[in-house]
Amino acid sequence: MSSIEDYAAIVGDDVISHLRQLAAPLKGLKVVHVNSTRLGGGVAEILTKLVPLMEDLGIDVHWEVIRGQEDFFQCTKNFHNALQGKQIPLSESMLKAYEDTNAANAEELRPKLEEADVVFIHDPQPLQLLRWCPGRKGRWLWRCHIDLSHPYRPVWRYLRQFVVEYDASIFSLPDFAQPLAHTQYLMQPSIDPLSDKNKDLPEDQVLAVQLQFGIDPERPMMLQVSRYDRFKDPVGVIRAYRHVKTFAPFLQLVLAGGEATDDPEGEAVLSEVRSEASEDKDIHILLLPPDAHEIINALQRAADVVVQKSVKEGFGLTVTEAMWKQKPVIGGNAGGIRVQVSDHRTGFLVSTPEGAALRVRYLLSSPEKRMEMGLNAQEFVRENSLLTRNLREYLSLMIAVMDKDKERIELGAWARP
Amino acid sequence: MQAVVNCSILAITIGLAHGRYTLCKASIPRALNTRGEMSKQNAGPDPFAVKDCGLVAIALGHKAQNLREMRDHLYRIHPGSIYHHFWGGLLRPQSASPEYYNDFAGWVHYQLHDDTLAERLAILDPTNYADLEFLRHELVDLVEERLDEVEWLNWARADHEFHFTRSQILIFDTRIRIETPEELTSAVAGMSSGSIFYHFIDARRRVPDGVDDLRSWLMGFGETYTDLCGLVASVDPYFGGLTGLRQQLTELFAAYFDGGAR
Repeated sequence: MSSIEDYAAIVGDDVISHLRQLAAPLKGLKVVHVNSTRLGGGVAEILTKLVPLMEDLGIDVHWEVIRGQEDFFQCTKNFHNALQGKQIPLSESMLKAYEDTNAANAEELRPKLEEADVVFIHDPQPLQLLRWCPGRKGRWLWRCHIDLSHPYRPVWRYLRQFVVEYDASIFSLPDFAQPLAHTQYLMQPSIDPLSDKNKDLPEDQVLAVQLQFGIDPERPMMLQVSRYDRFKDPVGVIRAYRHVKTFAPFLQLVLAGGEATDDPEGEAVLSEVRSEASEDKDIHILLLPPDAHEIINALQRAADVVVQKSVKEGFGLTVTEAMWKQKPVIGGNAGGIRVQVSDHRTGFLVSTPEGAALRVRYLLSSPEKRMEMGLNAQEFVRENSLLTRNLREYLSLMIAVMDKDKERIELGAWARP
Repeated sequence: MQAVVNCSILAITIGLAHGRYTLCKASIPRALNTRGEMSKQNAGPDPFAVKDCGLVAIALGHKAQNLREMRDHLYRIHPGSIYHHFWGGLLRPQSASPEYYNDFAGWVHYQLHDDTLAERLAILDPTNYADLEFLRHELVDLVEERLDEVEWLNWARADHEFHFTRSQILIFDTRIRIETPEELTSAVAGMSSGSIFYHFIDARRRVPDGVDDLRSWLMGFGETYTDLCGLVASVDPYFGGLTGLRQQLTELFAAYFDGGAR
């Protein structure tokens, strides 16, 4: 497990020193993060790294995961899709499963949650816990990682009744903010440069992974890493690949998807993807376990072009991961990707499979441009999207939320209320 | 504390594009140090306390899709939002040096494709205004003037509205002290982006006369560094981002102290 000092080599000693200063008035603060899975998906990944670092800075931090049955996760998957704009009606039985599961988890977690000074509830799954903790003494914040710019109104109306009871919400972009009476903070997610998924790898390990999956290292390769989820548009990626294949007959496509324990829809989407790929031997559809971090890392390093053709995206961590490895990214012009990718500078923003194909062709035919954009991309991530910056934002936010009416907070004179 | 207060009235003509207002801005003490204390003339000011800062961004939930909606929001938006959209971009993740340094001008150019107004907005320098309310009025006037000029309203695409945001600023002391001006070259080179923002950008809102903290401190040495203050004043803070600004300042101090620029 990395300690806070291990990051100094990448971000500099001064950044670490500033984190310690920022954390000093928060020493001993009781903080709890709650989400619905320990493995798979961006939220679990961030918390895996963030929580130990907060602990390292002297914060009394805990990470709790709520448990539920299939009907609960089916309901919350529907929430997820509906909040991203899909029209999905919810049955009474589903909502009952949701509320019963939150109530049952609250029984177990209540003492810890009610005692905490700050509680971060991640996404809609554990959202209703607040209602079951009437004796809470701390500040409760709802961290929404989802693109909430155009939610399906009936579902948002149902969830909103729980959201309004929070002290504040946190969104990844201002575009996702909603008319709410409480403060809506903005915070972008980050990647960990020291994790298995992002650390430097020896070339022979990268080569071994290519060979393990039958990928020809001598031929060009385009890659999309993401769960098998319709919003990630894996079928659109295959269509883009087919357009490019006419001009680059040696091209290979790798779709590397993982499984998340809170996503019951993945299997159906995977079938659609396999059907679209048909018998094409140059399309490699990989179903990787949630801990295949070094494999993902190697695939991203091996790729000539990385695609993230999402049609809805809160914030695509795989985009940032690829950029950190000096890869220009062709991203869907949606949600957080619009902020992550600077069009024509660190990659391209596209809206259709045809648009993605055009940009893949351009990058494959311009190695120098690919390298230049890749270097720009890595520098952008170093400055803006590493875990240390996210940690700093969490620390700042905890101070800010305790003194939310002040526009300027001088830490030297600041004491916890 | 015995304080020598050097007050003057500084007449500033603002609204460079239109010359609309002339304000009288009281320039209060001339030699404040970073803690807001008066410097002791002749003996030089106290050491310069290097601070760092971070912005906590807050979405206000208000958005505009055309100029009329923008004007309506500008009338009543939290003043912190005006500050954030003029300066906050410097501390926000962004891939390129922006062509338009304030968010209003950038949105009008990229989303409304109204270059006439974008150029008028881009020239606004917030340090020319006594406070954010004057800046707000200038923004509203420029937008209204444009609304009078155009025959139809340009609309931004549905997903490209202007989202009003404000921020809380957290300031902390790095415990680094600069004892003499000669140390500025190495000290500025080692400053974080947050420190550059706090002392060179945010200071213009805090320090009387709208100068940055570095000049404010140097003024505490009396006339000794008047020429250096002039050089620092000539650095345009709006382009190149905070790292570019740090580089420019470092080179300037290096040339002044080590390169015989005096």
